[in-house]
Amino acid sequence: MDYIGEHLLPGQLGHFFIVLSVVASLVATFAYFKVTRTASSVDAGYWKKLARAAFVIEVVSVAAIFSILFYIIYNHLFEYKYAWQHSSRSLEVKYLLSCFWEGQEGSTLLWSIWHCVLGLVLIKTSKTWEAPVMTVVSFAQFCLATMLAGLYVFGWKMGSNPFTLLRDSGVLDSAVGLHINADLTQPLRPDYLSFIKDGNDLNPLLQNYWMVIHPPVLFLGFASTIVPFAFAVAGLWTKRFSDWTKPALPWALFSLAVLGVGIMMGAAWAYESLTFGGYWAWDPVENASLVPWMILAAGIHTLLIYKHSGHSLRSTFLFMILTFIFILYSTFLTKSGVLGEASVHAFTDSGMNVQLVGLLVLFFFPSLILFLIRYKEIPSIKKEENVSSREFWMFIGSLVFFLAAIVISAKTSLPVFNKIFGTKIAAPEDEEFAYNQIQIFVAVIIGVLTAITQYLRYKDTSSSFFWKKIWIPTILSIVVATLILAFGDVDYLKHGPGFLGAIWLAIVASVYAIIANAAYIWLGVKGSLKLSGGSIAHLGFGLVLLGILISSSKKEILSKNTSGIAIDFGKGSKEKTGENLTLVKGFPMKMGKFDVTYVGDSAHPKKQQWYYIIHFKSREDDEEFTLRPNAFVNYKGNEGLMANPDSRHYPGHDVFTYISALPNPEKNKDTASFKSNPVKPGDSIYYSKGYMVLEKLSSRDSLPFEGFKPGDKATVATVRVHAFNSSSYTAETLLIDQGGRQFSVPDTVMSESLILQLNKVDGDTADLGVKESNSILEYVTLKAYKFPYINMLWLGIIITAIGILISMVRRVQLNRLKKA
Amino acid sequence: MKKIHIILLVGIAATIAVLISFLQNTSTYDTVATAKSKPGKFVHLMARWDKSAPLEYDALKNPNYLSFTAVDTLGQSVKVVYHQPKPENFEISERLVLKGKYQDGYFDCQSIQTKCPSKYKDDMEAAKKNVQVSEAVENK
Repeated sequence: MDYIGEHLLPGQLGHFFIVLSVVASLVATFAYFKVTRTASSVDAGYWKKLARAAFVIEVVSVAAIFSILFYIIYNHLFEYKYAWQHSSRSLEVKYLLSCFWEGQEGSTLLWSIWHCVLGLVLIKTSKTWEAPVMTVVSFAQFCLATMLAGLYVFGWKMGSNPFTLLRDSGVLDSAVGLHINADLTQPLRPDYLSFIKDGNDLNPLLQNYWMVIHPPVLFLGFASTIVPFAFAVAGLWTKRFSDWTKPALPWALFSLAVLGVGIMMGAAWAYESLTFGGYWAWDPVENASLVPWMILAAGIHTLLIYKHSGHSLRSTFLFMILTFIFILYSTFLTKSGVLGEASVHAFTDSGMNVQLVGLLVLFFFPSLILFLIRYKEIPSIKKEENVSSREFWMFIGSLVFFLAAIVISAKTSLPVFNKIFGTKIAAPEDEEFAYNQIQIFVAVIIGVLTAITQYLRYKDTSSSFFWKKIWIPTILSIVVATLILAFGDVDYLKHGPGFLGAIWLAIVASVYAIIANAAYIWLGVKGSLKLSGGSIAHLGFGLVLLGILISSSKKEILSKNTSGIAIDFGKGSKEKTGENLTLVKGFPMKMGKFDVTYVGDSAHPKKQQWYYIIHFKSREDDEEFTLRPNAFVNYKGNEGLMANPDSRHYPGHDVFTYISALPNPEKNKDTASFKSNPVKPGDSIYYSKGYMVLEKLSSRDSLPFEGFKPGDKATVATVRVHAFNSSSYTAETLLIDQGGRQFSVPDTVMSESLILQLNKVDGDTADLGVKESNSILEYVTLKAYKFPYINMLWLGIIITAIGILISMVRRVQLNRLKKA
Repeated sequence: MKKIHIILLVGIAATIAVLISFLQNTSTYDTVATAKSKPGKFVHLMARWDKSAPLEYDALKNPNYLSFTAVDTLGQSVKVVYHQPKPENFEISERLVLKGKYQDGYFDCQSIQTKCPSKYKDDMEAAKKNVQVSEAVENK
């Protein structure tokens, strides 16, 4: 059947290029394999030509798939499931890219296209290493290509194809109105597409600029780890156990910088866009990418040890191999659905688990077996490292970092163990603390080691040389750290004095790392920027540690709902004071040193997104600012809200706030009723947020009130309302008697959501009706934090990355010099 | 034995010790019945929100008090008290992971994990629902 309005050509082209990329990557793998294994240089030359051609075709195919998919999303071709599922017409153009990588297929494609770019650079630069290294890269490309194939192989579906049509995807199968005669057994109506007016939209939490840039950078980091891995495997395979380290080092540094920045961009997104109140939550998805980064860092350090002392070559092989294996493991964790219950971010089962496990197994076992077979042949030095040598302490640092990564990974893998062994073990009560209490000691060790190790020399250091240089930064660090601890008020006692002690130790260690590395730039390398990449990176890392320690231990909840602000729960109440505060429109509330007012809101022109204008005014100084946290309300017909925080950045701290609850307009009907209270003047009545006193009852003969005629009588009840927040108001409610017919004129205390009504007067006893109503109020409930020194963390990340890249450039230059 | 080897052994021993102590602090995934059978013990309760039972949340009265009824796959239910506002996606979440303790006749919840909308299956279910909604509108 022909359907009206479909654009089938892009999809057909897409399918073609997917098949082409599967074939081309397979041919490239085989041909590069032959080049590596062929002794005859003439044959190898032919194979190499074929391999290169195949890889170029692979690159063209992947680029074509990428462009076609983007074309489909950009033109809102909702006949394709991918465009329909991940985008919508109202989406801003910049977020169309985020749609692209919101889905499994798009993110796989992103990974694949980076492999292509890196592969081209490798072909151009790696000379004798090209064949074995590109065998590995091409094989990875083949595996990724099959994940996009969506082909049926002997009845088994291989991969998930991004060009699946919406009508083939099953989404429309139960949509009655789209079928001929509204009969589900009939095919779709030829004009079904005219009913698909808009797509499903991008998840609102991903509609953030970090989500445009974080995935490409992270995936470049992911993709680039294959290069040191491929070099290590190539070294083992071709038995050139030493040579591979030279070209691999700058690649490994590149990977470390990019992966690190990519991970922390995700943290920045979490900080700006998610509402768990921070940048890191030890979520399995975060851990999964941190672990390979840590192992790679360990591997780079052992590689440097090898270059300078000949030690640690075996561990270098192991670390470089494991880095990539853990990248694959993280892909498995995040995409297989195994984390479903343990993580907030992970995908559910996409039906590709066999392939994901296959990918892991196909790389893990061959590389590990190769490593074990060659283990004895890998050169190593029998002589022991000197305790006063740089390599000894560097190795300890690498080992600690590696073991810390293993601990994190093991904890993250609980759901995998549950799956394998059928157990039901869940994370401990305080999951973050379970990580923090161990990793803080890792931070202490790493902090101190990064501080002192630079001052040691490879092979052997005379103690006079060491002390001559290190005493200045050591004393300086002691002074600075003491000042921070003395005046910084770091008193995080939630987990007891022991943990606070550990925090203090870690602060001292990170200050030491910062100062010693900064000093080394002058003391060690005489201010030569070219040579100080390592010191700069370590200095940045020290800043990262210090930033983490201070921002986390001094994080403050501003919206703490202590009594005296809004609610007195009464004695014996189980209701605890909490972390959220309700702001009634126009009515300032105390929050830390601020008076905070909910001023109003504004709506997004195209979406169901509201911006809430929250005004902060300091009582202590003239600081004043407005934050606009926003929320999607009842998004896509689903009740509930999805909030995006907003923060005010200061050099020293951030004020961070987000909406945690809103009145539901649907349910916000006035269901409260008047409660009658017989009272005499002087008596008081309690309500939820205070109490009120009937001050007096007075009779009047005339009132400035429309419809009040001479002869009518009125009784006025004057009520003084005392709110627990120490505000007080006067309200007057009337009971009018018009010739025997009585009616009452209620009075409202807006900010207290109170309505008062005088029902009856009998002598000096009045029946006062009190109603507490939500419907008269506009309010928001929000949570606000203060994050001190969070900028130190971001600055540290940037400095670390710059330092690593300086080292990388220097290593590339050194390699060129040696060849010349 | 080289010093490095001793350090290696110490490191590995420390790693194992850390992991064993971690395992002793872990909790378990539970149903309503098993959570009730160990009052005061921290568990992960797997359940969903029973929409037929009343949900209590009044931000004006107390923004830090949410109470609702959770029902597990075996059909047993328990009252849940949570000292935070409703978490995101609470309404559309198919399943909740409630972390807390059963005590005094209710489940005192410290954190609620809803399913993230970026997960594909949920997304697809929600999306399918939307097709039907939009199509129902078209047919009107």
